[in-house]
Amino acid sequence: MWMLENAFIIPLIPALSFVVILFLGKRYIGADRVHVIGIGALALVWLLSAIAAFQWTQRVEDPPPDAIVHIEHHGDSHDDGHGDGHDDGHGDGHDDGHGDGHDDGHGDEHAASGGHGDDGHGGGHSSPLIRPVISTFSQWWSNSGVDFAVGTLVDGQTVLLLMVVATISLLVHIYSTEYVKGDRRYVHYYAFLSLFTAAMLFFVMAQNIIQLIVGWELVGVCSFALIGHWWEEKPNTDAALKAFLTNRVGDVGLLVGMIVLWGTFKTFDIDAINTLISADPGAHHFALLIAACCLMAAVASKSGQFPLHTWLPDAMAGPTPVSALIHAATMVVAGVYMIARLYPVFYEGFSIGTSSINLMAFIGGFTALIGAGLAFAQWDIKKVLAYSTVSQLGYMVMALGVGAWTAAIFHLFTHAFFKACLFLGAGSVSHAAHHTFDMRKMGGLKKEMPHTYKTFVISSLALAGVFPFAGFWSKDEILLGSLVGQENGYPLMLIFGCAVALMTAAYMTRVIWYTFHGEFRGHGHPHESPKVMTVPLWILAGMAVLAGAFNLPGPVLEPIGLEGLAHRIQTYAEPSVYLSGLGLSHPDPSLNMALVGLALAITGILVTYLYYWKRIGLHGLTERNRYARNGYTFLENKYYLDHLYNDIVVETVKRPIAKWANNFNQNVLDRAVNTAGETARDTGRWVYKWIDQGAIDGSVNAAARGADSSGESLRAIQSGKVQNYGQLLFGAAAVLAIVFVIVV
Amino acid sequence: MLLNQFLILGAVLFATGVYGVLARRNGVMVLMSIELMLNAVNINLVAFGVQHGVVSGQVFALFVIAVAAAEVGVGLAIVLLLYRNRTSIDVEDFDLMRG
Repeated sequence: MWMLENAFIIPLIPALSFVVILFLGKRYIGADRVHVIGIGALALVWLLSAIAAFQWTQRVEDPPPDAIVHIEHHGDSHDDGHGDGHDDGHGDGHDDGHGDGHDDGHGDEHAASGGHGDDGHGGGHSSPLIRPVISTFSQWWSNSGVDFAVGTLVDGQTVLLLMVVATISLLVHIYSTEYVKGDRRYVHYYAFLSLFTAAMLFFVMAQNIIQLIVGWELVGVCSFALIGHWWEEKPNTDAALKAFLTNRVGDVGLLVGMIVLWGTFKTFDIDAINTLISADPGAHHFALLIAACCLMAAVASKSGQFPLHTWLPDAMAGPTPVSALIHAATMVVAGVYMIARLYPVFYEGFSIGTSSINLMAFIGGFTALIGAGLAFAQWDIKKVLAYSTVSQLGYMVMALGVGAWTAAIFHLFTHAFFKACLFLGAGSVSHAAHHTFDMRKMGGLKKEMPHTYKTFVISSLALAGVFPFAGFWSKDEILLGSLVGQENGYPLMLIFGCAVALMTAAYMTRVIWYTFHGEFRGHGHPHESPKVMTVPLWILAGMAVLAGAFNLPGPVLEPIGLEGLAHRIQTYAEPSVYLSGLGLSHPDPSLNMALVGLALAITGILVTYLYYWKRIGLHGLTERNRYARNGYTFLENKYYLDHLYNDIVVETVKRPIAKWANNFNQNVLDRAVNTAGETARDTGRWVYKWIDQGAIDGSVNAAARGADSSGESLRAIQSGKVQNYGQLLFGAAAVLAIVFVIVV
Repeated sequence: MLLNQFLILGAVLFATGVYGVLARRNGVMVLMSIELMLNAVNINLVAFGVQHGVVSGQVFALFVIAVAAAEVGVGLAIVLLLYRNRTSIDVEDFDLMRG
């Protein structure tokens, strides 16, 4: 378990690599060879993450005595755990199960509690609740009764993300050696990739919410720097700024939400917050609702949820490997990860267990729907994928919103691989075809780029959710989660989910048609990318096929006698220790739901296939039909959201204020000023004649003469040298101080 | 808590700063001496804050540091412009305010 306790090493490696690349890379390694450090560091990170993941599975399979948690529920299962006659038969039986080696009294106690866990949760959890590995290294802050440490919290969810981040980051590092070869800021590029990886790894193993905020902001900064990597062009700078500023909007929610959590529980510790809520659900409901709503704003900005998703498609201005790593697979899932990390807060705050609609599920479902809609009207291949990412992130948030925790994390896992593969595939296409992302200038690349084509199709099938690719299994679980829900189903979310499943299959087929089939519409001769780019593609495509195997439902595996391998992600990753008090339930796998999901995907593909390949369907509808054209324009303008923000929100704030201020100025202020002016003029004439000339002038002249003579004598002090003034100041201060000391 | 030692250190630093401000002729050195005085104040703030067990001393010290950073930024800009216009940063050379 050494790796789990010392997990801080994992983010430390890329952090060091960042420093080395940035400060020593150019001078000692050579500007074009710095990738060696990045790739080396990431390979090490991957290895250590794999060890951590393995050790975590060991911890779940064969838990050490101090890893098992016994959480008492409200009375219902209290008795049988501590009842008499318990220690005879039951205790012995469990001693065998949990191995030997502890001293007697201790061993019995733990065996009993382990047994209790088994009995008490019979239906929900057959395995005991496993405590996450929490290590604190030093006190970060301790003052005025507020203290928090810096440390790591490692559980199944963390190691899952470690594996995802390490794998994709490593592949992106390798891929980038070719993609950004010869770039003028090659060193800067690799330095920021390393920093991003470090920040993301730091974020996923945050032990308290302060570290969560730090990691959150760090990944945001790296995202900003990498979107604006080619900042010589104005649109790239604009996109970077837009991403950063939109994220700031959500960050306000993050800060407020975290402050509310602290105010409620007086602790920053993630473990403590989750345990407190889980131990006493129902308490602090209102505070949790506020916190969950605020944090939802943060999720909306970071994970591209409606209405703050507008930055994500613009972020495609960055280099494509960056889009694959940051804006598809890892950083944008930070919001999803945070919901999963603090799931009790959201589960309680939004009453996910008992409601049939809530803010999170609705935002997620709605985002999934509008993202999928927008993906149809884009000509830029990366923007299609970006909207697809928005849509799939919406899917994950929706899954969390309906209580399907495992499904969301499972989808995060599978989506990371096939979406990264799609982005890298798009990068490969653009690399080969004169750096364009416009699908109107592609077409017919199937022959020239067989590897890119095959991997792209595999990943698209996975994204569309076709059996047996990875996306099928995770999407199916989410649909099932919305069908069954917790206590109630989530009918609206199910409709959203099904519609999105259909649309996803359709727009991906459209992309494949425009990119790889038909006639080549660009100029020059496209060619397949070199091996250093296609091998990462094939690895990711392999994962797009196989990633589903990590959480297969039991009935699928029974016929081949491997039912022990079912629901691995649920077994290992779900933080059951935090969720046990909330009564999170898991729906049984349903063949009908799977068939419906598959049918939707196939229908989507088939309709689009007929439309493009066989020219069947309503071609030219947008030219003929006014409504269709309006709908298309509506999509093309991205629901006018950018217009809403720039023209309407900003203008309505700006314009009426200006107008009103002008009216007020002309009518009220000016009139008053004019009247006052006229009165003053008349008064002034009178005063001038009688008072000014007579009485004042005489005294003024006298005063002036006095001032003149005294000024003449004081002039000597005004040397104009600052230090003389300073001497006077300090001298006077010293005299005053002496006076004070003597008098007081 | 050895409050006296900190106060004496603060006083010595402050006096050094005052001397520098009044006696040095180099504009940059004058600015640096001002920093010394500010830091003497910071030491007192933190020392008293710890003595009374309140966090406000540290908070004020942080504010002072932030303000000092801004101040030295402006100050150095002024010195730089002076040097550009007059090719000198000797404070004795400037008596534009002479009455």
